[in-house]
Amino acid sequence: MTSVVEETEMERRTSGSSFPRLLKRFGASFFSIALTMVGLLAVTFIIGRVMPIDPVLAVVGDKASNEVYQAAYKAMGLDKPLLTQFAIYLRDVATGNFGVSTLTARPVSEDIIRVFPATLELATIATFLGVIFGVPAGVVAAVNKGRWIDQLIRLIGLFGYSMPVFWLGLMGLLIFYGKLDWVAGPGRLDVFYDDIVPTITGLITVDALIAGETDIFFNALSHLVLPASLLGYYSLAYISRMTRSFMLEQLSQEYITTARVKGLSEFTVIWRHGLRNVMVPLITVIALAYAGLLEGSVLTESIFAWPGIGQYITNALFNADMAAVLGGTVVIGIVFVGLNLLSDILYKIVDPRAR
Amino acid sequence: MTDTAQSQTQSWRQWLTTDQPTSRRHAKIVQFYLGWLSFRSNLLAMVGLFILLLLVFTWLFAPFIATHDPLAQDLGARLLHPSMEHYFGTDALGRDIYSRIVYGAGITLYIVTLVAVTAPIFGLLVGSLAGYLGGWVDVVLMRITDIFLAFPKLILALAFVSALGAGLENAVLALILTAWPPYTRIARAETLTIRKSEFIDAVRMQGAGTMHIIMRHIWPLCVSSIIVRVTLDMAGVLLTAAGLGFLGLGAQPPTPEWGAMISFGRKFILDHWWVATMPGLAIFTVSLGFNLLGDGLRDLLDPKGDKS
Repeated sequence: MTSVVEETEMERRTSGSSFPRLLKRFGASFFSIALTMVGLLAVTFIIGRVMPIDPVLAVVGDKASNEVYQAAYKAMGLDKPLLTQFAIYLRDVATGNFGVSTLTARPVSEDIIRVFPATLELATIATFLGVIFGVPAGVVAAVNKGRWIDQLIRLIGLFGYSMPVFWLGLMGLLIFYGKLDWVAGPGRLDVFYDDIVPTITGLITVDALIAGETDIFFNALSHLVLPASLLGYYSLAYISRMTRSFMLEQLSQEYITTARVKGLSEFTVIWRHGLRNVMVPLITVIALAYAGLLEGSVLTESIFAWPGIGQYITNALFNADMAAVLGGTVVIGIVFVGLNLLSDILYKIVDPRAR
Repeated sequence: MTDTAQSQTQSWRQWLTTDQPTSRRHAKIVQFYLGWLSFRSNLLAMVGLFILLLLVFTWLFAPFIATHDPLAQDLGARLLHPSMEHYFGTDALGRDIYSRIVYGAGITLYIVTLVAVTAPIFGLLVGSLAGYLGGWVDVVLMRITDIFLAFPKLILALAFVSALGAGLENAVLALILTAWPPYTRIARAETLTIRKSEFIDAVRMQGAGTMHIIMRHIWPLCVSSIIVRVTLDMAGVLLTAAGLGFLGLGAQPPTPEWGAMISFGRKFILDHWWVATMPGLAIFTVSLGFNLLGDGLRDLLDPKGDKS
């Protein structure tokens, strides 16, 4: 994404560049991001228009008279030209109006704000697990390239790439909940703990700590650990593979040889000098892994009855609630684009060469 | 033509590994054979190839390999444990899970083949046009590609299928619509490095048209990187397809689609584990096969790239 390059460059050079040039740079990058967003919305708008479900019928019901139907048809703006409808859609989305869910009878935006923290909690812990296990695994694999430990780590990663996430979830439930009873089952909390802790952040573990309810905190953790580990395994597979490949590139560089010749210990050479340079491209990888978990969450949440955005979208799907499906799709798309942007910006901040 | 005479007297092996090919076709065969030799030494890649051949074999001979009718219900034999009569047990309608998995191989192949053929060709066309023509065509096409890349695949496929209606054909269509953008980017990148070459200038001066240059002179050079990417991607396509099936958006019952079978066994997971476990193992095996083969092909055709 060149746009972000331009934007961060612009910020850095603010003092030196003339105003028209600055405006041009800012304009170009802003234009590019805006275009991607509008394109994204165009895709969801088209999807919404080709669906065989009559949106009017979904609102008025099939017993409504013709007049009521026509009135609703007009009220929903469906008699206007497509381009006008699209403009209205853009305006609505820009103001956070995704329409009303026919399933929950609440505005879709409110629903999404309510369910999103659950997904955020799950994805954050999963990414965290993926990083603390995946990065060292990738480094060890690169250092021992071709030996059995490298093959083992590669195979663990390949398994992660090859398993359907919903199946792994079911297997996890079967083994760790059904047979071993090590963890709590589906859901975010046991039923009798529901609605005790006031919602502040929406992250139940954090809210429980704020409220000082350690019982609830550990219960939430027990529910969280299985889905988060399974999702974490997926990001581990991706992160370790990329770390290995980045690390191999670094290990063949001359500065590594220099560091060794200087007499630094192998530990310092690899974990201090090598890893430091790997961290830069890894930031992008971690951001992508994080974004990828949003996708994995759709199926995982359905398995673990986890009330996040994934389950919200699937529930909406089964009930032909198009406003909710498209609203969820748009939000995930925006978060996806946002994470990509963020990783680009971080990249520029961390790597002086990229400035 | 002493070379020809010489190679004819030599053994096949020498003919296949010679560094002095006598014709274009000979050179191609030699290159292919040498590639195969190096591929053969990669154990994991061979395992992957074996798994995929097994899949094709299962599809071709399904009626002989299966032990029961995949659709026949027998309510007296519901949820039976795996046994000699039912290798993988039976599901909640008394259908033999082993036979259903065997017949499901065909559906898996159908999905994967359709996506593997159409998405790369479409991506190749868009990407090479963008790269070769440049200018505003490039900007417009790549902007559209970026938009499709901005969605997570499964989410976009979900939205498509929910709009088009559930079913195998629509699921495949959605998978194709989400699978093409990466090929566009690869094809564009390759085209950009090729289009300024002198041989392209030479072809153009001989009067070749744009489409001729793209299809006959640029595409062949993009093929190896595309093939590697396609093989690696097929595992992902398979998993997304299974995900759609699991959500009930793919093949409709009673079709023995593996993802849908897992979904069917989900309710009994704690008491009758085999119903959901067995089809999952099938998906895992095939997807692992694609990954192993793809890794091997990448080492062979594109030794530098460890991107994906």
